[in-house]
Amino acid sequence: MKKLISYIFMDMLKSRIIIAYALFLLMVSLVLFSLDDNPGKSLLSILNIAIIVVPLVSMIFSTIHYYNSYEFLELLLAQPMSRSAILWCEFAALCAALTLAILTGLGIPSLLYFPGTESLWMIVSISLLSLSCAAIALLISIRTRDKARGIGISLLVWFYFSLIFDGLILLILFSFSDYPLEKFTLALIALNPIDLSRVTIMLQLDISALMGYTGALLKSFFGTAYGLAATTFVLILWILVPFSLALKSFRKKDM
Amino acid sequence: MISIDALSKKFGRVPAVRSVSLELQQAQLLSLIGPNGSGKTTLIKCILGLVVPTSGTILFRGQNIQKDTHYRSFLGYMPQMGRFPDHMKVRQLFELMRDLRKKNKSETDTEIFESFRISDFENKGLGELSGGMRQKVSAALAFLFHPDLLILDEPTAGLDPISSEILKAKILKEHQNGKLIIITSHILSDIEDITTHVAYMQEGEMLHYSSVQELHNISGENSLSRAISFLMTRHQKN
Repeated sequence: MKKLISYIFMDMLKSRIIIAYALFLLMVSLVLFSLDDNPGKSLLSILNIAIIVVPLVSMIFSTIHYYNSYEFLELLLAQPMSRSAILWCEFAALCAALTLAILTGLGIPSLLYFPGTESLWMIVSISLLSLSCAAIALLISIRTRDKARGIGISLLVWFYFSLIFDGLILLILFSFSDYPLEKFTLALIALNPIDLSRVTIMLQLDISALMGYTGALLKSFFGTAYGLAATTFVLILWILVPFSLALKSFRKKDM
Repeated sequence: MISIDALSKKFGRVPAVRSVSLELQQAQLLSLIGPNGSGKTTLIKCILGLVVPTSGTILFRGQNIQKDTHYRSFLGYMPQMGRFPDHMKVRQLFELMRDLRKKNKSETDTEIFESFRISDFENKGLGELSGGMRQKVSAALAFLFHPDLLILDEPTAGLDPISSEILKAKILKEHQNGKLIIITSHILSDIEDITTHVAYMQEGEMLHYSSVQELHNISGENSLSRAISFLMTRHQKN
């Protein structure tokens, strides 16, 4: 198991995409930190970029890596190893590679310029978001046989979560503004991992003006501590549920 | 050693294997023959556990293979097209496989590895290898762990005549050691002199299964290829 995980992990690093991604994040954070005297503001700008880039790269990279290692998975499946063990190894290696990129790209600069719980929460929450996207991407690629289609669906899902979903929430809020929708809206953000991780970080940063409607609601409803716990818990669910669905499909898949 | 009972597999609505039953013993060398798309590879992949059957069961030494993956440690498989990860080196692939099965180098069967001189291109990436070299790697992997059941899908396709002879000699040797061997091949002359049993598949159905001797008796032909074409024409008429 360990050797297999480390092999898949090394294979990911060799493709250099992960390294380029980590360097990109590192560059963005260093530039943004050095531009502004207030590191809190820089952290916010970094967050706004990371919340777009991290889910996108995590989903596309995971999808492409799965399709590219299809032959290798086939070879492994003919060995005395259970299917779940093989998918666990693949996912563990993905998690390690993506988290490593976030730790170098975002972790090192924010701990240098702005050490504190705010930075720590951002790293944790962005990493969880990244793993959740990887799990969703695995689920999509296992269910879809064709590579081009799989990548297309991953892109669509990313587009939906980062843009369309917010539009839909706004639409609902405007159309039903006569009704009390507070609790309903809280339930709605649980349906989007990207919103969840954004709200988690906003709660920690305590910038109510930038929290947006849902963030402010969440804060008044839960208070900061419980709010953080709730969003982090749901974010972890967003990793576990797609991955267990992926495991289920992988067990029945014809290679 | 292997008993297949009423095995069926559908891909969507298309049936690939229809209710195949087969009982195979030790020291048999079965040739699985049939036109393209007759379900040979699907049947093999069902035995390997790469394809999950729609209905029916496969028992390996009395154990249902869907419940336990341990049986694959007694199994050697050489696919039709050996496809490996491009970034990996040949040496790493062998190391990883040994590691997954928790075997030392001394416990493995390196006869094919040596006679194919795989160590000469050990440090090349698998992506740089030619088709024939990849076939050699697959063949060496299939024999590596002294398997009791060998499944070879078109083993000699893509190999040069000398390598193909080496492989045939090795197959024959393992057969004499009492291993069960399943071969699919289009090149009948390749398997003619080593096979003991013949199974003929067409459109997913197993239309014929017998020993070579019986087949010769039924068809009245002495050469395997003629006996097979006898089978094919007989089933086309029906």
